Amino acid sequence: MKLDKDTFNLSELEGLRKFALLLGALGLAGCVFGFCTHRDQFFYSYLTSLIFWLSIGLGSLFFVLLHHLVDATWSVIIRRLLENVMITLPVLLFFFIPILLNLHDLYHWSHADAVAQDELLQQKEPFLNPAFFSIRAVIYFLIWGVLANKLYNTSLKQDNGDGRGLALKMRNISGPGMLLFALTCTFASFDWIMSLDPHWYSTIFGVYFFAGCFLAILAFTTLTLSFLQSKGVLTDEVTIEHYHDLGKLMFAFTVFWAYIAFSQYFLIWYGNIPEETIWYLHRWEGNWKYLSLFLVLGHFVIPFTILLSRVPKRNIRVMTIMSVWMLVVHWLDIFWLVMPNLQKHHFHFSWLDIATFIGIGGTFIYFVCKRLSSQPIVPVNDPKLQASIKFVNV
Amino acid sequence: MPEEIKKIEGVLAEFGNPKELLEAAEKVRDAGYKRFDCHTPFPVHGMDAAMGLGPSRLGWLVAAMGFAGTLTALAMQWWMSAVDYPVVISGKPLFSFQAFIPIIFEVTILFSAFATVIGMLGFNILPRFHHPVFYSDRIRKATDDGFFLSIESTDPFFREDKTKELLTAIGGQEVEYLVAND
Repeated sequence: MKLDKDTFNLSELEGLRKFALLLGALGLAGCVFGFCTHRDQFFYSYLTSLIFWLSIGLGSLFFVLLHHLVDATWSVIIRRLLENVMITLPVLLFFFIPILLNLHDLYHWSHADAVAQDELLQQKEPFLNPAFFSIRAVIYFLIWGVLANKLYNTSLKQDNGDGRGLALKMRNISGPGMLLFALTCTFASFDWIMSLDPHWYSTIFGVYFFAGCFLAILAFTTLTLSFLQSKGVLTDEVTIEHYHDLGKLMFAFTVFWAYIAFSQYFLIWYGNIPEETIWYLHRWEGNWKYLSLFLVLGHFVIPFTILLSRVPKRNIRVMTIMSVWMLVVHWLDIFWLVMPNLQKHHFHFSWLDIATFIGIGGTFIYFVCKRLSSQPIVPVNDPKLQASIKFVNV
Repeated sequence: MPEEIKKIEGVLAEFGNPKELLEAAEKVRDAGYKRFDCHTPFPVHGMDAAMGLGPSRLGWLVAAMGFAGTLTALAMQWWMSAVDYPVVISGKPLFSFQAFIPIIFEVTILFSAFATVIGMLGFNILPRFHHPVFYSDRIRKATDDGFFLSIESTDPFFREDKTKELLTAIGGQEVEYLVAND
């Protein structure tokens, strides 16, 4: 890996790209095998992995939108990195096709005979039916794709063009973009995760999913930065101050996640209505109970305690470890949302969890790397680039 | 009646701009002074390090008080709901920690906020009615365009002549003693 100090072009990424592609191919081969032999387990593992990588893509889209919207300075230096992840998001539509073609394997409401015997599902049918579900999925990806492309192309144009004017243009896109993001992210999580248990509903579910998305991209960015810097890339430009800010956001959104998770649990616990409490009951049976408790500890108490103070946030080593930790618990969180619909009473991990994870992830990383080496890895003509490099936390 | 000898309570020096003040603060710090302060119209980046101020102790106080708030709220609700006035509400156990969490959360924040404000005032020895720098008329410029550095006479390194010489030597303008003017 080599960075040209004048143009900020990254070269010699072939090794990483090939490695990602190899992992992806291996994983996808495992997926095909799993599809033939363990069809049930395959689809649930596949959905878990897909949602995980989707949350990283959505998180990056949100980060870029937010960056432009608040006219941020500190994050200019890492903006292109996030844009490269954001522009890879539409690739996941390709991975969503197998789900659209096999709705019966995941979604109970897609069975016509089940709907015929179920009053509630009949009431929900105008929204939860295979045709409208597929149309919505395409609309979500269309919106994400258009937003990502618009922001990405404007950002590339900015490299050789009017820095200030195009920054303003991206800001103008981000206003309505943020609104569209909020709606699509919410409804995508309703459709793809919440409707796995079609009787159950929670209006805060979209916010819960979003909190995980943003945490995931913060951890992913921190990890990528520390990886790049260990290879000698951006060692002078990205400073401990940037890690500190990522750490602050990570801490804040750990609390936000817990706040939202508790709000959802609290109202359902208080209301005590069987059709709502059943969802938590499924996650309290057998060893699911231990995973539920572990999430409280691992997704909130531990990162809260560690990231509370200023010192660990200004330590790259601690931040790297915390990023890996956050990604692991984020994956467990999605596993906890998806898998109880298949593995009732008792959960276990499957080799398909790994195969689908590296299958989708390897391909995803491959496309990110491809973008990474095709243009400068920082927005070289952004008017606030120098301020971002020199930025210091008071 | 013998003329009353007025005590010198400190030395005040003015500097041309934030950069000069910053460098002056570093030199005063290196000379060993602890009881000195800088007076500027706006926060100057890097001043904490230049003055040799360590990290604030306030965070520890806030964390401790926040945790005390957590325990207070928990104990209060346990005592009220399960001991002093037990009432079964919607069939839930008397001690239902889930129901207590919002109050625990709020009281933690309340205690932390009070600890922050009161602790900040306490560590800064505020509010106070008087400070030797107010003997100078020029100090008013500190809210407009003046950059001042004052050293108090209570500092163990303080010597009337040496301290004034130091401030002059490091570029202080119109160095003056802070003496009560009635």
